[in-house]
Amino acid sequence: MKRTRVARVPTALLRRAGARQSTLVQSTPLISRLSVPSIHQEQRRRHASSISQRPDSKHVMFPGAVKSAFTNTMTFEQPSTYPALPTYRAVDQNGVVVDPSFVPDLSDEEVVKLYRDMLTVSIMDVIMFDAQRQGRLSFYMVSAGEEAVSVGTASALRKEDVVFCQYREQGVFRQRGFTLADFMNQLFANKKDPGKGRNMPVHYGSRELNIHTISSPLATQLPQASGAAYALKIQRMQDPTIPPRVVAAYFGEGAASEGDFHAALNIAATRACPVVFICRNNGYAISTPTLEQYRGDGIASRGLGYGIETIRVDGNDFWAVREVMKRARELALQDGGKPVLIEAMTYRVSHHSTSDDSFAYRAKVEVEDWKRRDNPIARLRKWMEAKGCWDENKEKEARESIRREVLKAFSEAEREKKPPIRTMFEDVYEELTPDLRQQMEELKSQLERYPDEYDLGEFEGGRDSLDKQE
Amino acid sequence: MKGSPMRALSRALVRGSTLTPSASAAFLVSSRQPYSTHPPNAKLNLPTDYSTTPLLFQTSQSALANPELSPEVRNGTTKRMNLFQAVNDALSIALAEDESVLIFGEDVAFGGVFRCTGKLAETYGGDRVFNTPLTEQGIMGFAIGAAAEGMRPVAEIQFADYVYPAFDQLVNEAAKFRYRDGACKRNAGGLTVRMPCGGVGHGALYHSQSPESLFTHIPGLRVIMPRSPLQAKGLLLSAIRSNDPCVFMEPKILYRAAVEQVPTAAYALPLSKAEVLKEGSDVTIVSYGQPLYKCEAALRQAEKDMGVSVELIDLRTVYPWDKEAVFKSVRKTGRCLVVHEAMINAGIGAEVAAAIQGDPQTFVRLEAPVARVAGFSIHTPLLYEALNAPDIARIYDNIRKVLEY
Repeated sequence: MKRTRVARVPTALLRRAGARQSTLVQSTPLISRLSVPSIHQEQRRRHASSISQRPDSKHVMFPGAVKSAFTNTMTFEQPSTYPALPTYRAVDQNGVVVDPSFVPDLSDEEVVKLYRDMLTVSIMDVIMFDAQRQGRLSFYMVSAGEEAVSVGTASALRKEDVVFCQYREQGVFRQRGFTLADFMNQLFANKKDPGKGRNMPVHYGSRELNIHTISSPLATQLPQASGAAYALKIQRMQDPTIPPRVVAAYFGEGAASEGDFHAALNIAATRACPVVFICRNNGYAISTPTLEQYRGDGIASRGLGYGIETIRVDGNDFWAVREVMKRARELALQDGGKPVLIEAMTYRVSHHSTSDDSFAYRAKVEVEDWKRRDNPIARLRKWMEAKGCWDENKEKEARESIRREVLKAFSEAEREKKPPIRTMFEDVYEELTPDLRQQMEELKSQLERYPDEYDLGEFEGGRDSLDKQE
Repeated sequence: MKGSPMRALSRALVRGSTLTPSASAAFLVSSRQPYSTHPPNAKLNLPTDYSTTPLLFQTSQSALANPELSPEVRNGTTKRMNLFQAVNDALSIALAEDESVLIFGEDVAFGGVFRCTGKLAETYGGDRVFNTPLTEQGIMGFAIGAAAEGMRPVAEIQFADYVYPAFDQLVNEAAKFRYRDGACKRNAGGLTVRMPCGGVGHGALYHSQSPESLFTHIPGLRVIMPRSPLQAKGLLLSAIRSNDPCVFMEPKILYRAAVEQVPTAAYALPLSKAEVLKEGSDVTIVSYGQPLYKCEAALRQAEKDMGVSVELIDLRTVYPWDKEAVFKSVRKTGRCLVVHEAMINAGIGAEVAAAIQGDPQTFVRLEAPVARVAGFSIHTPLLYEALNAPDIARIYDNIRKVLEY
């Protein structure tokens, strides 16, 4: 044992230059007082793997693949010989239940509420997209076609669960209680925007709703979700009165090409973090279709590679998405915590953002076909109508009232003042540094000496906000 | 030759033969190849004698005389520690005093390749001190997420040379988290990321880098580099307790070489505060980390040869850095050189020199251009490290230059 450690010296230092000696890694003594049983078992098994085996053993005991059987047939595995992972659905595109074991667990009122959430997001999207086209908003991103994924998954979470979004999950915000005023204050970056006018539109965040503020770089939220989930797990170990919580992390199939995605899944698996990764596979990363994004069986197949329980689901089926998320949440809390991967298959009906014209890279007819063939809102509506809790009149009334509410919130938010200029210097550090105080004075002096060169009318308090010294 | 690198090497080899895993770190930080021994006739470029340098406290009394320590700490005891032991001591205190502290990184559980996390997993449990897969971006993202949910993660990047995959997470996420979250007030302030940095004589391109100025360009981060065990313990505890994300860079050559008396109690040293290590009236030398030892040797010889008095300042935190301390000194001396190991281009020296000339009250007192003594604008080549990093002769020569201007 000791000799092997001496041999380790150069490889540990120059690890990038040469292969590690994995037996040494396995020999690491990891004695834990707090570990959950699953980790302990895992460690015991891994430690046992470095023990030598009988020469005639049928199974390999290489530490990197302990259950691999020996074979005398040399075969390279072909991905094409494996069937694509199936896509679970509970209700088909006609609103008819196809899973005989499916039992709806919501009252009519609850379903209607969630349906209205989907409708709200969809109507708000159209209005805000047009508002951007009219120049009243700098930027917007719609989520048409993906409303069921976000509202359906969010509906299976608890309020105390922690959420990391990408940027196309307004349905998650809405379902968890984000009001139209909350959306609009952020979109117009007014003084009521918790982001204090620093972020681009659609970069919502809410501490009250336990949703982290959206960050533009793709997939950075994923290893953070693993770390956050580990924090929740440790906090519950240290204080069992805290209710069990999971982290839900959303991302697109394009983001899954980033290194952060792979890091996130691997570290969540090795640290047994209670996190549910939800991939919205909508077929496009801006203009790049999935065929140019990956060649494997979607994103789901990667979960298995990391040793993670995985499911693929019809993202246009509200009920399937909700059922899958309910079960995923349970799984994530089992065995002391573990990650789960959901790949929700859908179609990005809209352009990527207001800065994108998708008809430059896909046929309009393709989009029209999709809209006609399947739509998550229409599908749930059909189910509700068949059940008798929805009809044409209710639909009309809902659409009209939601539209009125959106426009009201819109005009109120648009009229609000912008945050004070001072906020541009705050929150860089916990406290203003001497440098930042000095720069604030420098800006104030500039604004005073060249008053005609700057338009400060919109900012709450004008340049006076730069006076106040804490 | 007491405490010389050759002795360190033999010590390391002895330890290696007694089969401790610590041989790995010793091997890198202490051994000397024939090509890096000092020239036989050198008068200036002599190896640093860490056992006699005034920058390290050899007695308990001198260590406890530090006015930055609280009266309770000053009334306590000290223990002889090298820098990795001081880091280990700080980490152990942090784990003991705050159950939200987590420590993780590659090979951290068995003690780390430089032994900084030795015995921590055994003492505090594998749930709080653990190995991660080999993914710097994953480590950093994981740490940020944990910090955002109320933990105080101390993430280790095994070598500063390997931090770049984590750059996005540090720059776009850790640094911006509080700003982005605004009134929601969530932040990654609990995060501290430790990384060994700097040359050791044979680390070449990928085991020698000192990338601090890549982080000092990023508002939101605090970037710290300690010069000694006593400093490392106090600054690391401050970094861990700080509510701003901190990048804590440890000059790995000092892990074993620098040994001094360190207070045994928990104590914190101030961040973003420089320290005047030696007062002087004619030249100010601003530096941080390992080159301070070379600066000290150079200024001692310069004072003797040139009959001048040199002030030596340790920045300690290289961003946000203590401008007032530097300005105050340069207003007094009128001459300044900035010394660092990293490349000269867009380095800390550029920032310090620009700030000095940009401050009207300091600018008018300048008697000479601010000199920079730093690594050349090249990568760190194996054979030429001794010619690239600032050495005593170059510092000495630049003291002469600013005096003779």
